[in-house]
Amino acid sequence: MSEINMIVCCKQVPDPEAPPSAFKVDTAANSVTLPPDIKPVIGQYDEFALEAALRIKDKAGGKVTVLSLGNKLVRDVIKKALAVGGDELVLLEDDAFEQSDSWSTAYALATAIEKIGTYDLILCGRQSSDWDAGQVGTGIAQLLGVPAVTLARKVEIDSGKAIIEQVIPDGYQVVEVGLPAVVTVTSELGNLRYAVLRGIMAAAKKQPTVWKPSDLGLDSSQVGAAGRHTKLVRLFQPVKEAKCEIVEGDSAAEAGANLALRLRQAKIL
Amino acid sequence: MTENKGVLIYGELVSGRLSSTTTELLGCGRRLADQLKEDLCCVLASDAVGEAPGQAIAFGADRVYAVEDSALKEDQADAHVQVAEKMASEASPRIILMGQTPTGRDLAPRLAFRLKTGLSTDCIDLAIDPETKLLQQTKPVYGGNAHALFTCDIMPQIVTVRAKAMTPLEGDDSREGDVIPTTVDIDTSVIRVRIVEKIKEEVTGVKLEDAPAIVSGGRGIGGPEPFKTTLKELADVLHGAVGASRPPADNGWVPEAMHIGLTGKIVAPDIYVSVAISGASQHIAGCSGSKTMIAVNKDPDANIFREASFGVVGRYEEVLPALTKKLNELLAG
Repeated sequence: MSEINMIVCCKQVPDPEAPPSAFKVDTAANSVTLPPDIKPVIGQYDEFALEAALRIKDKAGGKVTVLSLGNKLVRDVIKKALAVGGDELVLLEDDAFEQSDSWSTAYALATAIEKIGTYDLILCGRQSSDWDAGQVGTGIAQLLGVPAVTLARKVEIDSGKAIIEQVIPDGYQVVEVGLPAVVTVTSELGNLRYAVLRGIMAAAKKQPTVWKPSDLGLDSSQVGAAGRHTKLVRLFQPVKEAKCEIVEGDSAAEAGANLALRLRQAKIL
Repeated sequence: MTENKGVLIYGELVSGRLSSTTTELLGCGRRLADQLKEDLCCVLASDAVGEAPGQAIAFGADRVYAVEDSALKEDQADAHVQVAEKMASEASPRIILMGQTPTGRDLAPRLAFRLKTGLSTDCIDLAIDPETKLLQQTKPVYGGNAHALFTCDIMPQIVTVRAKAMTPLEGDDSREGDVIPTTVDIDTSVIRVRIVEKIKEEVTGVKLEDAPAIVSGGRGIGGPEPFKTTLKELADVLHGAVGASRPPADNGWVPEAMHIGLTGKIVAPDIYVSVAISGASQHIAGCSGSKTMIAVNKDPDANIFREASFGVVGRYEEVLPALTKKLNELLAG
């Protein structure tokens, strides 16, 4: 088979590894905010999807196009996808893309993928690290009319087919699917490789392609907040009462033994 | 166009019986249907539905559509989505509930995008707005660091529900309902994914989902060995099982089947001992239903102490053996 064309969907999100205390809800704006010193990142599952694409490229060659939707995307953050080995970066970037839900995100991405035109494999993270919906990859597949395999921990291309290890309860299954196909990737695939200096320098020179809704033939009612199928009514943080009883002792071992006594006394054991 | 009415559950079977998540969906669906004063129906689709339809009625369904077809044997989403789409059009429900299970996660977006409606996944709270009759769909977002309430005014409203977030009714065999054997023409030519082989990753001992106690280790455990020794010994004393947060599973220290969290298993044991786990929201999402949470961590500022009821600050290598030994004495005596 000729060169494999891969499209990886990557979303810029607030760092999900930030400490829980950093997450605040702005109730007026109905949005989650983090302190400015916590920089956004590419969603962790999207990074695994990118790594899956790069492994295929390592082995069989091919082209990796990274596609991202959002607004005011931080170039240093999203260009990481080029620095680690992505070939091209296409950004769907406009005010009108703000507050997309799974539907309007998948709709715009699928339209952009059709515009890109040549694709064998579309890779997405299993879910975004902000809304945790887990719909966009499968949604793109439905909109494009191509098969989808979710929760991949390994993806290989062989004789024009994708061979995928898919996580199932208590194990995994090996599945085979013809191309083009959408595959969503889970964490066991492994971490995204680090960028090397040469990659970082090459990425700095590359300019992303930026598309607005009109470049996709979409009008403003089909994208972002206007194109949503679900309505976000309210965001909130459930109140937690800190009530942990710390059991102490002269040594860590004694504290352990005291914990046993305390649990017994509290009739928990 | 027919008016959308009632609640429909797309159920799941495990060896010819209702899955526990399906009984939870029936409990939740019954409550919603009663609020709406409408019916609760349940679709059960498999190569053989066994005694599950009767069970579904005992757990709250008014009507069960039993779809038996050999094309459903392998649990292929491309086959199930055809059944779900047909039943959504025939039963024309207002609400469709599915489990946030591997099957539901895969199936629900396919269905929602085909029906061109909205979907909220992983809901933990569902209610009917008395004025609009819309379903208020609450789910954790940002890894559990916030909760969001969504509505959708396109019918049907589809949601998946987190395991153990809802309570099943007591099964009542005297409840009455109709079982309607239903045929759906499943086009097998659109099943484009071929399953080559299934590989079970053996987890010995008590199943995590059923364990009354779980001892769970995190990144701070440092390697695979202690899961088989230090943690296992404590779990044995508690007649429980050993679990893990995401890093040990991603590092291959333990099989993925032991991973507890947002993207792993959801558990709710009586006792949950978290060992060397920092307490990221994504992990808490998998164990917040535990009755008593106990934390052992050397970092006094670890977030896990905000979640736990009892804690010890110290190195687990020292705390755990002493805890295990003392419990052994106490529980023997």
